[in-house]
Amino acid sequence: MHVDEATVRRIARLARIKITDEEAKGLEAELSGILDWVEQLKQVDTDAVEPMTRVVGQDLKQRADVVTDGEKAAEIVANAPMADDNFFVVPKVVE
Amino acid sequence: MTDLTKLTLVEARDGLAKKSFSARDLTSAHIAAIERANASINAFVLETPDRALAAADAADRNIAKGTARPLEGLPLGIKDLFCTEGVRTTACSRILDDFKPTYESTVTRNLWDAGAVMLGKLNNDEFAMGSSNETSAFGPVVNPWRRRGSDAKLVPGGSSGGSSAAVAAGLCLAATATDTGGSIRQPAALTGTVGIKPTYGRCSRWGIVAFASSLDQAGPITKTVEDAALMLSVMASHDPKDTTSVDQPVPDYAALMRQGVKGLRVGVPKEYRVDGMSKEIDTLWQTGIDWLKAAGATIKEITLPHTKYALPAYYIVAPAEASSNLARYDGVRYGLRVPGKDLIDTYENTRAAGFGKEVKRRVLIGTYVLSAGYYDAYYLKAQKVRTLIKRDFDRAWNDVDVVLTPTTPSPAFAFGEKSGDPLAMYLEDIFTVTVNMAGLPGISVPAGLSAEGTPLGLQLIGKPFDEGTLFRAAKAIEDAAGRFTPADAWWLT
Repeated sequence: MHVDEATVRRIARLARIKITDEEAKGLEAELSGILDWVEQLKQVDTDAVEPMTRVVGQDLKQRADVVTDGEKAAEIVANAPMADDNFFVVPKVVE
Repeated sequence: MTDLTKLTLVEARDGLAKKSFSARDLTSAHIAAIERANASINAFVLETPDRALAAADAADRNIAKGTARPLEGLPLGIKDLFCTEGVRTTACSRILDDFKPTYESTVTRNLWDAGAVMLGKLNNDEFAMGSSNETSAFGPVVNPWRRRGSDAKLVPGGSSGGSSAAVAAGLCLAATATDTGGSIRQPAALTGTVGIKPTYGRCSRWGIVAFASSLDQAGPITKTVEDAALMLSVMASHDPKDTTSVDQPVPDYAALMRQGVKGLRVGVPKEYRVDGMSKEIDTLWQTGIDWLKAAGATIKEITLPHTKYALPAYYIVAPAEASSNLARYDGVRYGLRVPGKDLIDTYENTRAAGFGKEVKRRVLIGTYVLSAGYYDAYYLKAQKVRTLIKRDFDRAWNDVDVVLTPTTPSPAFAFGEKSGDPLAMYLEDIFTVTVNMAGLPGISVPAGLSAEGTPLGLQLIGKPFDEGTLFRAAKAIEDAAGRFTPADAWWLT
């Protein structure tokens, strides 16, 4: 599977990672190489196979629908690069 | 007085109980060793000596009162993937910057509740993505082992390279580690230490920086099999905060370990005899078979036909889950922020500056395989292959109780030897990754030395939640092989 430079840029945009022209060229070859290598999975017949969604068969746990945690806004913003009055501060998104 | 840093975890525990030395003596000896060695080994990315000495003094008071807990006063190193309350936790990534968790991971909470002492945080590959510890933002870790007659730096394996190097160099009695595709067992094999990845769900993942949530699992790296049994018995627990953690009692692993291997059925999978496997690995494997046979086990060749597909399937599942897990690093809630002209530009600048090369590569692969139109062809396909890999093992368990393989295809390699080629590095996990894909427990135990004089490990794979049998078989190998420590403690000079 060849990934061209335009695709690398589209994926980087989706992943919200800015890449330089030089990085884009390098990634084109690296991602193509890795995707070529995983192509071998096509040899495996999986038509009648269920995807693995859990490792150990166990019933989904349930608990009483009550609040067990919270009231810690100051702790939640404690590591924020910018916070004000227990809010995260971000660049303006709505004019 | 004996060198306290040379003791095993169990020997140190027994020495404290007999009052041969104090917890303060034990912790001080390790702090002194770290001070001398860390500049050359680079295993610790953060040292917490004041906290360690305070915990050691508290331990001495408990021992005096007769209220010692299972790990009372025993100094450990903690992989920097475990959140430690008030103590910087970075996953060795620039993007977490100076992150100080306001909570404690369940696994480390269990250790402190059992009386253990934290010496500091250990180096690892960035977000645990790597097999050589070369992708850490804090720089690579140096393996205490060297090739005979050479002083070239070797890698300690990865991603838990700080953990394996610190234990091998006597900088802590034991260490926590995590394993997503081999990150406990491969570094253990490359440093002559013991490493066990328990069954998925045995240890809580709560408070561990997430890489690939359906594969990640915590476990210890230790000097001996018995030490690993002791560490795991404390680290494992049922945790309501992790819905995948399993509500099953934690057995007495050390007692199970002593049961021996008489009558144990050991499987040897023919698919692990891969092309290009070195003669010495093949010989080591045969030696392991002979040891288990001599100890009373029976050997049977088995087939695990989907083995060769485990690694490519892993390199879909793990990056896909990583791209989702790492979406949280947005420059808003914690860690680094590199401002841009608007919010999206801020995200892109932050993630460009904060993530290293290998992490970017995997996030992009993961984003690609999950993007519109590709989900079925890649992620769903890989999850189906996972079912087949697990089915191979389920069939094998009809005939055998445990599976024996090499841990790695080769011994410790030099810096830079594989870091230029992602696929060459990924092949380091060829023997370990099936275990994560099937959610099984696996242990690596030192079994011999390479022609270069560096350690080699054998891996044992068990049924779900049958860690007890792994400890039994690993003990038989350890009893036959002996322990392996570097001849010359060059890092202390």
